[in-house]
Amino acid sequence: MADLSVNICGIDFKNPVIPASGVFGYGREYEEFFPLEKLGGIATKGTTLNRRTGNLSPRIAETPSGMLNSVGLQNPGIDHFINKELPYLLEKNTVILANIAGSTPEECVQVAEKLENTDVHMIELNISCPNVKQGGAAFGTSCEMASEVVSKVRKATTKPLVVKLSPNVTSITNIAKAVEDSGADAVSLINTLLGMRIDINTRRPVLRNNVGGMSGRAVFPIAVRMVWQVANAVKIPVIGMGGIASGKDAIEIMMAGASAVQVGAVLFTDPYAPVRIAEEINDFLDSKNISSVRDIIGTVKPW
Amino acid sequence: MKYTQGKYLILDKKSIAREIYSFTISCPEVAEIATAGQFVHIRTGNFILRRPVSICGIDRQKGTLRIVFEVRGAGTEEISRLNQGDVIDMLAPLGHGFTINPDFKKVILIGGGIGTPPMLSLAGIYGEKATVITGFRSADAVILQNDFRKTGAEVILCTDDGTTGIHGFVTQPFSEIVNSADAVYACGPMPMLKNIAGICNENNVFCEISLEERMACGIGACLGCACRTLRNDEEYFAHVCKDGPVFNAKEVIF
Repeated sequence: MADLSVNICGIDFKNPVIPASGVFGYGREYEEFFPLEKLGGIATKGTTLNRRTGNLSPRIAETPSGMLNSVGLQNPGIDHFINKELPYLLEKNTVILANIAGSTPEECVQVAEKLENTDVHMIELNISCPNVKQGGAAFGTSCEMASEVVSKVRKATTKPLVVKLSPNVTSITNIAKAVEDSGADAVSLINTLLGMRIDINTRRPVLRNNVGGMSGRAVFPIAVRMVWQVANAVKIPVIGMGGIASGKDAIEIMMAGASAVQVGAVLFTDPYAPVRIAEEINDFLDSKNISSVRDIIGTVKPW
Repeated sequence: MKYTQGKYLILDKKSIAREIYSFTISCPEVAEIATAGQFVHIRTGNFILRRPVSICGIDRQKGTLRIVFEVRGAGTEEISRLNQGDVIDMLAPLGHGFTINPDFKKVILIGGGIGTPPMLSLAGIYGEKATVITGFRSADAVILQNDFRKTGAEVILCTDDGTTGIHGFVTQPFSEIVNSADAVYACGPMPMLKNIAGICNENNVFCEISLEERMACGIGACLGCACRTLRNDEEYFAHVCKDGPVFNAKEVIF
């Protein structure tokens, strides 16, 4: 049995597998399958200052080895999260990353301030949601705006601050360096890639929002590449995600430089995926006589 | 346990119309808790997303479920290639089913096309108290008529092209008898459900409808399968997988 524990920004994770924000709600639905304490952590559903209704349906489309979504940050608002969801999650003996978003830097600040007096372990600031018209992705696509929002949230919180990055940019390393310089304690990547499908019989986009975020196995090589580039460009830890579906995928993206992984779309195929992936990481490490998962982080030997 | 995931044996497979298949599946733990109107979420080998299929029959004694589905695309096509003796990976039972009330003296069950199967488990419960009105494109798409008759329900068949049964939509015979009903249950295309909901509203008859939407997790976590509803007089995006698939027709904004 290998040591699967990792430490990110001073927070101990019992294993490096975290369900990604958006697929896992606030955790309750998946407790029918396994105790949440088996998870390294939980990135909770992206939460804004006020309740958001989200986009019209259809919000989901299938793509080859992947999927599109345009949920549009439907959520009950930060007060509901703090009062109704967080106390329950904090009993689960796993690390809680509160994923937060806003239409303006000021909204992000207000949400972070509300979390300051809670026991949530980390904040994951989403500057990369592709599915809301105002803000969201807009912050994540320019270094100036990314710096502005991260600097402001940084001042509003003493919690470890993870910034979730968009892949829909010319240079993700420039954005990563900008948020590092602005006080981020870690970065997580990649959020979904903007995509589109069209029903050729009706000539209508499948998604009512026309476009949506692509995830699933098809995006994995892009995620590995971006994690590798970012991990080489910044000193802060990187949490890797994008199409991870197995322990071997997790190992691969950790070798590229990720200190932990988030898993998303795979849960729709296999609701036990986070638990299975942690077991598969252990199996790989045991088979190679590697005593700790920490010993593989960033160990790719590039040509 | 509210729902579970497992691999279950297919005891029987039948092709009951063109591109429409019936599976009987041994899954005692699911059959034990499943209710009429719930659905199962089926994994395919090649796709990320499972395919939701409504439950057509529940046999607690035998520990079996029956599902009937239509091949709509590559995913359901793959499921249709499974055979008797194969295992099927299901998340089940999911969602919120129909409200059953033993005090109802007369109920009307309405199925349009592949929306017909969930009506069969209701017919099994209500028996002679039920009138089943089903509508199909054409005679070659008609399914489950003998199954409905076996429950003791009165059975009314419609086809769009008049090749069998009444020539016309289910709303024609329905509007003639709606006043005799304590409750109406329906599943089928949205225009049909909208008309039925309207008729029930005019006649002040309790009506539940089963909806469909593109779906991912199936359990209410990802919020993918939104449907517009009224909750406390406010518009709210409910989710077909968890709040539904069965909704009170008065709550649904068409």
